[in-house]
Amino acid sequence: MASGNDQSNAAAVTSAPEAGNLLGFLRNKGVAATERPSSDHPAFNVPAGEVVATLQHLRDEQAFDLLMDVTAIDWAEGASPRFTVVYHLLSTTRSAYVRIAVNCASDTAPSAPSVVSVWPGANWHERECFDLMGIKFEGHPDLRRILMWDEYPYHPLRKDFPLAGIETALPDADVTAETGTRVLAAPMAGGPFVATSGEINLTEAEPRAKDESWADRRPRPDQEGLKQVRE
Amino acid sequence: MATEFTFPDSAAKAAKLPAGLPEGTEFQTEKMSLSMGPSHPSTHGVLRLQMELDGEILTKCDPVLGYLHRGDEKIAENMTYNQFVPYTDRLDYLAPLANNMAYAIAVERLAKLEVPARCQAIRVLTAEMARISAHLMGLGAFGLDVGAWSVLLYSLHEREKLYKLFEELTGARFTTSYTRIGGVTRDVPEGWLGRVNAFCDQFLPILEETLTLLTRNKIFMDRTVGVGVISKADALAYGLTGPNLRGSGVPLDLRKDRPYSGYEQYEFDVPVGSKGDCYDRYLVRGEEMRQSVRIIKQVIAKFPDGPWYATDAKRIFAPPKDRILTSMEELIQNFMIVTEGPQMPPGEVYFEAENPKGILGFYVVSKGGGVPWRLKIRSPSFCNLSILPKICVGCLISDVVSILGSLDFVMGECDR
Amino acid sequence: MVTASTELGYNSKVEGDVVVTRADAVINWIRTNSMWPMPMGLACCAIELMAVGGARFDIARFGAEVMRFSPRQADCMIVAGTVTYKMAAHLRRVYDQMCAPKWVIAMGACASTGGMYRSYATLQGVDRIVPVDVYVSGCPPRPEALLDALMKLQAKVKREPATQRLFSDDAPPRADLH
Ligand code: SF4
Repeated sequence: MASGNDQSNAAAVTSAPEAGNLLGFLRNKGVAATERPSSDHPAFNVPAGEVVATLQHLRDEQAFDLLMDVTAIDWAEGASPRFTVVYHLLSTTRSAYVRIAVNCASDTAPSAPSVVSVWPGANWHERECFDLMGIKFEGHPDLRRILMWDEYPYHPLRKDFPLAGIETALPDADVTAETGTRVLAAPMAGGPFVATSGEINLTEAEPRAKDESWADRRPRPDQEGLKQVRE
Repeated sequence: MATEFTFPDSAAKAAKLPAGLPEGTEFQTEKMSLSMGPSHPSTHGVLRLQMELDGEILTKCDPVLGYLHRGDEKIAENMTYNQFVPYTDRLDYLAPLANNMAYAIAVERLAKLEVPARCQAIRVLTAEMARISAHLMGLGAFGLDVGAWSVLLYSLHEREKLYKLFEELTGARFTTSYTRIGGVTRDVPEGWLGRVNAFCDQFLPILEETLTLLTRNKIFMDRTVGVGVISKADALAYGLTGPNLRGSGVPLDLRKDRPYSGYEQYEFDVPVGSKGDCYDRYLVRGEEMRQSVRIIKQVIAKFPDGPWYATDAKRIFAPPKDRILTSMEELIQNFMIVTEGPQMPPGEVYFEAENPKGILGFYVVSKGGGVPWRLKIRSPSFCNLSILPKICVGCLISDVVSILGSLDFVMGECDR
Repeated sequence: MVTASTELGYNSKVEGDVVVTRADAVINWIRTNSMWPMPMGLACCAIELMAVGGARFDIARFGAEVMRFSPRQADCMIVAGTVTYKMAAHLRRVYDQMCAPKWVIAMGACASTGGMYRSYATLQGVDRIVPVDVYVSGCPPRPEALLDALMKLQAKVKREPATQRLFSDDAPPRADLH
């Protein structure tokens, strides 16, 4: 039994010099990194082509030895760049985080390089990203869906996908044959309700299930599924 | 002890050839594929392992997840920050209070909000109690997996006592939804701290008794010592955290390394293992419970007075009930907070807390307003399980059960 | 309360040696008091299900402590937790493997209706794929509520025409699928 290394509370708030140091380090390595606005940890945008090298440098020379998380953000339908892949690294010795973000070049078929070669642990994170956001990780050894079933046709975390879901087939046809059950849109009428802040139109501003709010502004992707729920 | 076995292939080679067969004939053993789960007692929920076996030895192991994928992250994008608190209960449903705290701190970091000392102390106290209850369950289930049924009964019994305390504090046995952004739902009840203290006093001897059922138990040791060894390098490469990482000898504990919620005031040790096998992970969990009791005692000893929610956060935390009923301003404020949710500035934060299962992270992306734009949950169980395909290969199938038990995962948080 | 199927015959000449009763009553008496559950523990509710098996609530008092993970040996499936679409087929398969007569308890809001998980991945109520006998409200239900559900189920089983079903080839369906 040994005791963990003690560190003062000061580490909780990142100091600006640290971000500067890291930026300098990355620039020295020839990575075209730019600082990214952040409320907590040092954060950098890097070009998609250099992300593998960036993470490798950070791991080998800056002791960021744990890849905590790989995820992606969808900045709304129609936004450009629409998808950003975000990596969070933690150093077990320095007790510091760094955030690396990569904008995907394409808004319709987003892709990013896979970092499985640097961290085998990225494997599942990237599969999850692919599953829920539809981001293709190039060079991934085994890019399959991980949470939804293989034949599922959508990427549910994209902003154009409704929370209630879209009607589709169950993973196993024999169960449908026996019970008549399919994947249906979930009924959202029960809430939770959220008011839209800053909305002038009072009808629009009323608290409502967020997922249904787009029914007033634009047609729902599956009018059929909606009808079934309403009936 | 490390299991000594000969691979069927080599055994077949070593065996004497039956008469009549030409010299050098090799026997082909056929690979068998076996699916374990998703309804299986030792997969702790709905994990499924797609395995390929050569005799009794695994040649491939492919975990299949998602049987409990309920869409938490999408749900979070459709409700206010406070409305999401109940969903955090159901991530790691063995330690909801710890999840509540991690989520609340993440959003408070986004709002740049400081909560008062009493609130921090309550949160630490409940998180440590949650740690005990989660580790008790982990221990009991681990024992059950390797054939020790009585450990589970001991630990269930202690958990009931904890549940009683939780219920008194929060109103629910384990779906507590106790924190709010900027505070907790209510102050600790009269005399409750004393009862927690009393629980701790009687718990320590029972813990020792429970642990002695396993620690030097020959059967238990045979099934865990040297089984499922995870090297330090592997543990880091796969992003393991919590007792599984510490079992492999990396002293990473965010309560020490990046203290939050006032953990820096309390004294405790971080146990680390030396070999990284199932037995080490078990020992680490056992010791962590003792340390949690130590922390709880310290929290109670210097329990601060004062408000238990951020009183100055007028736009975040709903005002007290009696003020709402008597003052117009407070009524409007309450209405806004309830319907639109606490308004958050735009920005991104990533906060991680040291939960019983490992490091639970929340990555909150806000565009302003009352609803998160994106909420990513970094769940420890998900990362801890990702090492399975690596460490299971070459194991006996019965070792897989020990390994699963020692990794101590919860599918609710793994699949989200 | 004495219902038609629990009525016992009585003959004073053979008192103490013979009890005359209806076959239905005997069969149902046996069935109700040794109901072996198949714990379909899927999510958080499974924790309460375990608590029911523990010392304080002790489901053994109702003859249902023999949790069988093998569906072939179980009578009553307790669906404890959220059923996702991905899991639905497996749940149905386990149900199909159980030997008749079999019953289902939907434990908790999720199993009954989808509960707080109104989302793209969650089956909105397990009654869409298996017939449910007893629904238990709560998120999670307290252990007492599950015990109550078990007692309700026992009361229901007591009223079933057991022999009729025993000798007829096409047993009447117990519950309708939705
Ligand atoms: S009803 Fe509640 S406690 Fe039960 S599985 Fe659903 S969310 Fe969990």
